[in-house]
Amino acid sequence: MNFTPDIQAFCCHYTSQQSCSENSGGLPEEGFPANITINRLTCSGKLQVSTLLKAFENGADGVYVVGCPLDTCHNVMGSQRAAKRVLAVKKALEELDVEPERAEMFHLERGLHPEFISVAKKMDEEIRTLGPSPFKGGAK
Amino acid sequence: MIVANRKPVSEIVDMIKDQKRVLVLGCKGCVSVCSAGGEREVEILASLLKLGCQKEGKKIQVTEASLVRQCDKEYIDALDEFDGEYDAIVSMACGVGVNFIANLRPMTKIYPALNTLFMGGSTEQGAWTEQCAGCGNCILHLTGGLCPVARCAKSLMNGPCGGSVGGTCEIHPDVPCIWQSIHDRLERLDRKSDMLTIAPIRDWSSAGHGGPRKVQRDDLTV
Repeated sequence: MNFTPDIQAFCCHYTSQQSCSENSGGLPEEGFPANITINRLTCSGKLQVSTLLKAFENGADGVYVVGCPLDTCHNVMGSQRAAKRVLAVKKALEELDVEPERAEMFHLERGLHPEFISVAKKMDEEIRTLGPSPFKGGAK
Repeated sequence: MIVANRKPVSEIVDMIKDQKRVLVLGCKGCVSVCSAGGEREVEILASLLKLGCQKEGKKIQVTEASLVRQCDKEYIDALDEFDGEYDAIVSMACGVGVNFIANLRPMTKIYPALNTLFMGGSTEQGAWTEQCAGCGNCILHLTGGLCPVARCAKSLMNGPCGGSVGGTCEIHPDVPCIWQSIHDRLERLDRKSDMLTIAPIRDWSSAGHGGPRKVQRDDLTV
């Protein structure tokens, strides 16, 4: 099946902006999938459950959050809060009988690291395997 | 406060399967404090209902609102501004709020989004425990302020059962035996002898076993 997923990434300032600014060639050159849209957050702890759900409402096939490592968040507990909210989204997806793997949380060091690219590729691969979002059922 | 939690989304989606326009209605009272039915939870449920219906291939219009309380007529009157915009209300209030709207809006379909659990308080972040059973005949003056009706698994009135071990309840090992707590507290307060008073057989007629209870305050009416 020819399927290019719409994936929305929510990344804190330190993981996303530094990744972009430290890479003059641009993320695609490093292999960052073009179908992933980066949504910048001041801190991943700022993210609300409803923001992730709205991404699905707007047609996302998968969403993921990149925040600081659990014990070194710039705002102390921001990435811990984000992880809890991603878990809440996973639980809600399960309640709706939708694959919880469509929402993920990653904790990465600041700046541009190979991991920033690799988790994007991993997510892209995962969502391609799962197929289009069941929420695109074609409401009548 | 009244403590509640949200029903599974799939259950709520099933309730409203025949509706085309729903009003998800939060309450800024108790259920807002226990993060079950306040404005933030309204936003989340509205989104989940839309997604749940989209998944079933059905389109639904969801309006979001929250009232100061759903257990007072004057606040429910604020629903007037949404007249004509919905086919049914999904209330995120406790059962009192759902009943109040049903009482006051005879032609409005209303569905509960929450399971109402108990009267309690937040004993630690993200946790709420039952503290009062609303039995209508308070005996806290005899028990050091700790309630055996609500907090003893067997609602015993004359000390712990034989199953209390190491200060914890035999029914729920993670819950302190409230009679142990009462004993320790009365001892600290030099009132341990209070425990020697035998509580008489309790009259439960004040506890709601005879049907819905009512408080009528003539001093508050004109």
